[in-house]
Amino acid sequence: MEAVPVLSIFAENKPGKLEKITEVLAKEGINILGFSIVSVKDFGVIKFLVDKPEKAYQKFKERGFTVAKVPCLGIELEDRPGGLYEVVKLISSKEINIESALVYVAETRKKAYFVFEVEDLDSAWEKLKGEGANFLRASDFIKE
Amino acid sequence: MEKRYFNPKIELLPREELGALQLKKLKKIINKVYKRVPHYRKKFEEAGVKPSHLKTLEDIRHFPFTTKEDLFVDYPFGLLAEPLEKVVRLHTSSGTTGKPKALFFSRKDVMAQAELIARSLVMSGATSGDILQNSMTYGLFTGALVMHYGAELLGMLVIPAGPGNTERQIELMRTFGTTCIHMTPSYALYVASLIQEKGLKPGKDLKLKRAYLGAEPYTEETRRKIEEMLKVDVFNCYGLSEMGGPGVGFECPVKEGLHLWEDAFLVEIVNPENGEPVKPGEVGELVLTSLNREAMPLIRYRTRDLTRFIPEPCSCGRTHVRIARILGRADDMFIVRGVNIFPQQIEGVLMGIKGVAQNYQIILEGYDEMTVKVEIDRDFFDGRIERLLKLKEEITEKLRQAIQVRPKVELVEPGTLPVSEGKAKRVIDKRTL
Ligand SMILES: [Zn+2]
Repeated sequence: MEAVPVLSIFAENKPGKLEKITEVLAKEGINILGFSIVSVKDFGVIKFLVDKPEKAYQKFKERGFTVAKVPCLGIELEDRPGGLYEVVKLISSKEINIESALVYVAETRKKAYFVFEVEDLDSAWEKLKGEGANFLRASDFIKE
Repeated sequence: MEKRYFNPKIELLPREELGALQLKKLKKIINKVYKRVPHYRKKFEEAGVKPSHLKTLEDIRHFPFTTKEDLFVDYPFGLLAEPLEKVVRLHTSSGTTGKPKALFFSRKDVMAQAELIARSLVMSGATSGDILQNSMTYGLFTGALVMHYGAELLGMLVIPAGPGNTERQIELMRTFGTTCIHMTPSYALYVASLIQEKGLKPGKDLKLKRAYLGAEPYTEETRRKIEEMLKVDVFNCYGLSEMGGPGVGFECPVKEGLHLWEDAFLVEIVNPENGEPVKPGEVGELVLTSLNREAMPLIRYRTRDLTRFIPEPCSCGRTHVRIARILGRADDMFIVRGVNIFPQQIEGVLMGIKGVAQNYQIILEGYDEMTVKVEIDRDFFDGRIERLLKLKEEITEKLRQAIQVRPKVELVEPGTLPVSEGKAKRVIDKRTL
């Protein structure tokens, strides 16, 4: 399975919280490749796709953050109008529910990926793997 | 289950007869304090009641409460109802400030309390063949000495270990084959963790069967944890120095509440705010009248301990009423939207929910708005927001069921709330009226 790790951090909605989180990554020289923020009033969950996920995970832990690694699937988006639509349509046609998502644009700027989280990763993979989509591989972006 | 009783006649006494016995004793003791204790006479007169007004047990409601403050009137001997020659024992109970409460016991009082302990121990299944390691504090505190006398009365071998020196405690357990222990729940947890650390196997290297834990409130979770770690049956015991120490209330093997020995105490549960009796099963402050005490009887003593009656008859056969484990102190109580709530209720709910860490905080603000801040468990977080939302909903709903008020629940990061240090930091009341 071509799963990629996304870091997920629990954060109370307090001023300066996002600053503290991104500071950790900046100080450790970890590159943010994509991120998303979901907030529900008093708290939120911030997700990062980074080039050194294991190091980032350890550093967040060391500094007392509540962090988890969530395996996600990434599908390449075609660089044309309707590219995202095609991917989302494929996913929903398999009755897979997207729980969260972020977009990763590769360094070359030539390729972009839709990186998404589902409840049951194994079954989503089984349903999608034969559909001719290009999946993002961990080795495509991880430098550790 | 084999049923044995230390004093079957009293323990199984039908409730009508128990009531009649209580009334007889109550009349006697009300008369006695009215005659012999000037402070009680003065209080009765101020309340406009006389011993002759007491016709039924319910009439006790017209008599004034005795509070902690009353124990300091004419201190230290002011509440004695017998000459000092008849007093054989002093126990004290330290307050938060100033002088300790001074409690006096006659020889008869000491032996009467010992009987309550002996009954309780037999109720738990203990026999004269058991070996009790008594790890409460010996001295001015009632905890150890009163248990000691009761266990000896039953004929157990008592090891007067006292608290502390855990290495030695474990050594005593191994050398003498201790079968029962008496200590505080927090110390039991500590002892159990050291036993684990040493690689000793309870049930194999140790012969422990029962743990009598009391002197501080604890939850059902803690009981289960200790039972599992030490491979024992944990029995909750309740007492207070004012009422003679441990032995006032004790769990039977059914472990659903503590039997209060009603031939020795008249039991009431009142609303801590106005002193009125609560509805059956509702939480309130335990109020006790000592029916047997000779040297220093206490009438309608406000224990400040919160509990509720368990009205159903107990399957162990004992007719004496049961109360729920002590839920907290009346002083910790607060009122939201007209409902009496105390932090321990909330703690109890939170401890039973997976995904919640130890700390919580209650914030009262605005127009009676209640917010409960809850630390999430670091290991529970798997990165998914849905799981957190479900957790939040579960907490809200379970709290609503327990306290009848729907609080606002906020999930916060572990380690961000102040560590538990009693009420002060648990409840923050910002309401202004
Ligand atoms: Zn029972």
